[in-house]
Amino acid sequence: MLSLRDKLSRNLEEAAESQIRAEVDKTAGISDRELFSYARYDEKEAEKTGYSNYSYWGSTVRMFFKNKGAVAVMLLMLGILLFTFIQPHLPGQFDPNTVNNDPNTSMALRNVPPNDTFLFGTNNIGQDLWARIWAGTRTSILIGFAVAMIEAVVGITMGVLWGYLRKLDFFFTELYNVLDNIPQTIILILVAYILSPSVKTLIFAMSLTGWIGMARFIRNQILIIRDRDYNLASRCLGTPTRKLVLKNLLPYLVSVIMLRMALSIPGAIGNEVFVTYIGLGLPTSTPSLGNLIDAGRAVMMNVSQRYQLIYPTVILSIVTISFYIVGNAFSDAADPKNHR
Amino acid sequence: MAKYLVKRIGRSLLTLALIICIVFILMRQMPIEGYFQNFDKLTDAQIQAGLKEQGLLDPLPVQLVHFFQNMFKGDFGVSHSYRVNVPVTEILKDKLPVSIRLGCLSILVAMCLGIPLGTLMARYKGRFFDKFGTLFIVFIQAVPAAVYFLFIQMYGTTLLNIPLLFHPNNWRSWVLPVISMSLGNIAYYGMWLRRYMVDESNKDYVSLAKAKGASGGRIMFRHIFRNAFVPMVQYLPSSFLNTVIGSIYVESLYSIPGMGGLLVTVIKDNDNNMVQAIVLLYAMVGVIGLLLGDIMMTVLDPRISLGRKEGGR
Repeated sequence: MLSLRDKLSRNLEEAAESQIRAEVDKTAGISDRELFSYARYDEKEAEKTGYSNYSYWGSTVRMFFKNKGAVAVMLLMLGILLFTFIQPHLPGQFDPNTVNNDPNTSMALRNVPPNDTFLFGTNNIGQDLWARIWAGTRTSILIGFAVAMIEAVVGITMGVLWGYLRKLDFFFTELYNVLDNIPQTIILILVAYILSPSVKTLIFAMSLTGWIGMARFIRNQILIIRDRDYNLASRCLGTPTRKLVLKNLLPYLVSVIMLRMALSIPGAIGNEVFVTYIGLGLPTSTPSLGNLIDAGRAVMMNVSQRYQLIYPTVILSIVTISFYIVGNAFSDAADPKNHR
Repeated sequence: MAKYLVKRIGRSLLTLALIICIVFILMRQMPIEGYFQNFDKLTDAQIQAGLKEQGLLDPLPVQLVHFFQNMFKGDFGVSHSYRVNVPVTEILKDKLPVSIRLGCLSILVAMCLGIPLGTLMARYKGRFFDKFGTLFIVFIQAVPAAVYFLFIQMYGTTLLNIPLLFHPNNWRSWVLPVISMSLGNIAYYGMWLRRYMVDESNKDYVSLAKAKGASGGRIMFRHIFRNAFVPMVQYLPSSFLNTVIGSIYVESLYSIPGMGGLLVTVIKDNDNNMVQAIVLLYAMVGVIGLLLGDIMMTVLDPRISLGRKEGGR
């Protein structure tokens, strides 16, 4: 740290010296009379100082769009997100839970391979896989977003309290030390085992532990910036704490919060698949990527029915990878050190 | 140092006690079917008698005290539906060696591949190998393990003609589970080692070594690698223990008669005592792993100041 400061001050000195030298050189050809007369007031020159066209969000967005790969992935992600929500309203879609029968023989259309009517085929009881996959993506993304939102809201609230109120620091630190030691999978399994499976209980089980990491992170950041000069100044001027936190502290953290949220979505989607596999997932009447993959797994050794595993896994992989890549690219772009 | 160790171990014990209490109290909220072999055929009176015999009608604190007492005697109750009336510890005794053998093998594979991966990625930063490795790591991190395990099983068994299910005497059937279990650790080691090595390579002592005329490879392995490996040590015990105790998913996919596969089976059977014992075992292993990691870290790296509050202000 000290060496850095030394280096900076040396750099500053050198810069100042060379500037002075340049100024002196400039004045060499000017007569004393001119040098010691009053300068004219120039409005433009007066405005020049203290203005920078740097805007944090502007630079973040610009940096992000420089990363062509990430932009492409983001467009793909947005396309899929949009499609999952407009798909049921498109013409000629099947209901994800209706068993389709052959109109001639009135037999259920089981395990029909992909064709023009059933784009992704049907499953082993004759439900349309295309409709089930999009319905399942909807469920999984809903779970992912809900978990990310809860983690963010609870984590930020707790983190701000933890970092800002010194009295609570001991309590929260000890709580963290204990909670952080408990394996997350165990809590997930236990809570899912005890509660009957539904979207709500899964969201609850997953967000039970995730917030503590976020809270810890926010706390550390707040400790760093809470006593900076601008915050001291605000406090001296009598700004209420609530406003101080909302206006001075949180905007500083937005980018990192968004990154954590973007990364916890793939995590939640993966957890749902895991929980379904161990038999604690959603009932099949609520399609989710987890139970679709589990259904596909049951038939995967049957080469002609493998499409029932491959389609949901491909969609799931695209969704999780794109969230992961976009989140990482965004965090790189949001880091002011990378702004040039 | 001793003060720090006592504090750290004390905290782990506290955590463990807390976990045991939470798990125990939560398990009491389960439907009572899980305590009987043939619940449907029993009359109410028999059920009440059975509950009384198992001490489940006592008030919760009394039950908890009993549970702690039995636990110190190594008694976790008996299984109710998996293997009727066989003590849980007996069942686990058979299962554990299988998981440990597989886990050790997979951790060995993970180290042999993950550490070179991270080192080479840092050495050739920004070049083809680094990009290739990053792609691999992103894939493993972003795609749920549940998904790529399935594909390994599906294509591994059909394309390579490896038996679908695990058999301890057939070495070929060990290949896929071991690979599946090591992939996550390979990516994990690779990612962190690369990051630490890149961090280290920007430090002053590297410039000094360069100025002395040490060769690139020597700087990489003698200087950077050794320093970068220190923070890695913190993760090793947890990843080792978590792998050795058995991957829940992989073991049940290949019907490996180990701990992880057992958990899935007993959850599906609603065998409460078994679920409780296995969950506690996993939790214990997790806590001990983190504890060992912290201890090894303080032993290995003298720069870490002890006794200071974690992340103190």
